Amino acid sequence: MTQPATNTAIAVRQVSKVYGGGATAVRALHDVSLDVQRGEVLLMMGPSGSGKTTLLSIMGAILGASSGSVRLNGEEVVGRPERDLPRLRLAHIGFVFQGFNLFPALSAVENVALALDVRGVRGREAHRRAIAALASVEMDHKAGSAPADLSGGQKQRVAIARALVGEPTIVLADEPTAALDAHTGATVLALLRRLAHERNRAVVMVTHDHRATAYADRTVEIADGRLVAGEGLPAGGDGLRRPTSDPLPPTPGSLAPDS
Amino acid sequence: MPSLARRNLLHDRVRLVVTLTGIVFAVVLSAIQLGLFVGFQRATSDVIRHAGADIWITSAGVTHLETGVPFSERKRYDVLATPGVAAVQKHIVRFGQWQRPDGGQESVMVIGVDLGGTMGRPWNLVAGSVEHLAEPDAVIVDELYLDKLGIAGIGDRVEIGGRRARVVGLTRGIRTFTTAPPVFTSFKHAQDYTAVPEDQTLYLLARVEPGADVDAVVARIGPRVTDVRVVPADRWRVGQESYWMFGTGAGITVLIAAGLGLLVGVVVVAQTIYAATVDHIKEYGTLKAMGATNAYLYRVILQQAALSAVAGYGIGIAIAATVAQGSLAGTTAIILEPPLAGALFLLTMVMCLGASVVSINKVTRIDPAMVFKG
Repeated sequence: MTQPATNTAIAVRQVSKVYGGGATAVRALHDVSLDVQRGEVLLMMGPSGSGKTTLLSIMGAILGASSGSVRLNGEEVVGRPERDLPRLRLAHIGFVFQGFNLFPALSAVENVALALDVRGVRGREAHRRAIAALASVEMDHKAGSAPADLSGGQKQRVAIARALVGEPTIVLADEPTAALDAHTGATVLALLRRLAHERNRAVVMVTHDHRATAYADRTVEIADGRLVAGEGLPAGGDGLRRPTSDPLPPTPGSLAPDS
Repeated sequence: MPSLARRNLLHDRVRLVVTLTGIVFAVVLSAIQLGLFVGFQRATSDVIRHAGADIWITSAGVTHLETGVPFSERKRYDVLATPGVAAVQKHIVRFGQWQRPDGGQESVMVIGVDLGGTMGRPWNLVAGSVEHLAEPDAVIVDELYLDKLGIAGIGDRVEIGGRRARVVGLTRGIRTFTTAPPVFTSFKHAQDYTAVPEDQTLYLLARVEPGADVDAVVARIGPRVTDVRVVPADRWRVGQESYWMFGTGAGITVLIAAGLGLLVGVVVVAQTIYAATVDHIKEYGTLKAMGATNAYLYRVILQQAALSAVAGYGIGIAIAATVAQGSLAGTTAIILEPPLAGALFLLTMVMCLGASVVSINKVTRIDPAMVFKG
């Protein structure tokens, strides 16, 4: 993958999204502008229906914007034909889902390798990289386990390994702790923060969980499709990047991986 | 990494069993029906196929083997004098009345062989020899029909058309479509058994000289020999098969049953693959969100269908082959040869892949944003 010239992973400019048309049209986003830097954890908060998931979907190139511009590592997304979007997602994005979305028929390592299979990487190379990704989230000892045999936190860590294995610069996480207890949720949040800082990824999290703010470098709040709190476009450019040795903020409970 | 398709299939064992049952049912039904079709087809024309003649000459207007009308056997010399003709023999194929030793009657297909030549002889002999047909009252029957004919085997004496007959040989696996057992005898005895006048024959079998063009020889015989029909053996065979398989509707019935088998297979497979797709819809949505193209998803679905086809076909064809093998001991043969088995494999694959179309349509319309809906 070509290294971007700047540190800005996601650049959202005046993005609007309108569902439907005519009298029944619903405006989900109003001229939202937002940058996310590599090495940064951005938290998007807001009540249900505020537009945060719509914005996440647009950032993830799985939903088209009605107007505005979205650049992923400098590559424009808005206006692209739909057939181009899978390639953009493969090139730039890793997803972490609320419900983990693991494939029950596959083992942990196979779930991770699936993200490589989609990219055309197969065989031993895929297995080696999948094991390495699992090791990075301390789940390599469960490589052969089926999702049904894993705890919620373990499943989410496998899902994070799957999101990372393709080496995307951007990780989009939708309510990554919603299905987890507080302790396990804290572990997952710490993991996402660590990967942003240590591996220079841009991590965007959508959540209702206010405890997650402790793990974010920046928090924006969305209401009625608008940014109502927090800085969408930080004045300091890419200065939000943290050193890899940056100590974690205080967290509820232990940060040790659950077992 | 094992294929997602294979893992999904094996993960849901109940659905796999339902899918395979549908495919196996379709394969077995189709294989048996098509095998019956081939078996019937062979039975209608085996006498022609094994006669070894290049040309068949019948009375004018005769359309199939069982309806031959006597004509003067002197025409044999006119045929023999035609350039390109190497050999000509008299031949009879006609229904006769077999009187069982217990007094019962059976219709039989009397086949009168000109023992002076090599065409039209019985084949698959398992006891006795063709030369024994030169003996008085000698006949050769097929062992499949011994019970039907009310005899035990060689040496048994019966009557055909009120004339004495004695079994001197046995063949194996020569069937007739009409259920009338084949009875080979000499041309002379066949005249007696079927009331064909002494100077008449039902057929002339001709063989052309090596390298001669059969159609050209047929064209030359036509003007020389009047009131007869001169037909290349291949065309005569096809006409015979067409008459019995399609003219009588017997073959159509069998083909419809085979088609129904395939249709049932398509419906069952389509339904189970679609249900599996719907069950895995979130996984397909996840794959799309991860960047998988529609083509990738189609490949997963088609692989699932193809794997089901291979497994279902393997089981189905093994069952059908066992049934077909068992049928060879009876008078109704199910003939399942490699070309038919191969064609069935292709049909099964097309059936299963075709059944995936609905599922492919479903995943094409998946909105990857569904993955953010909890």
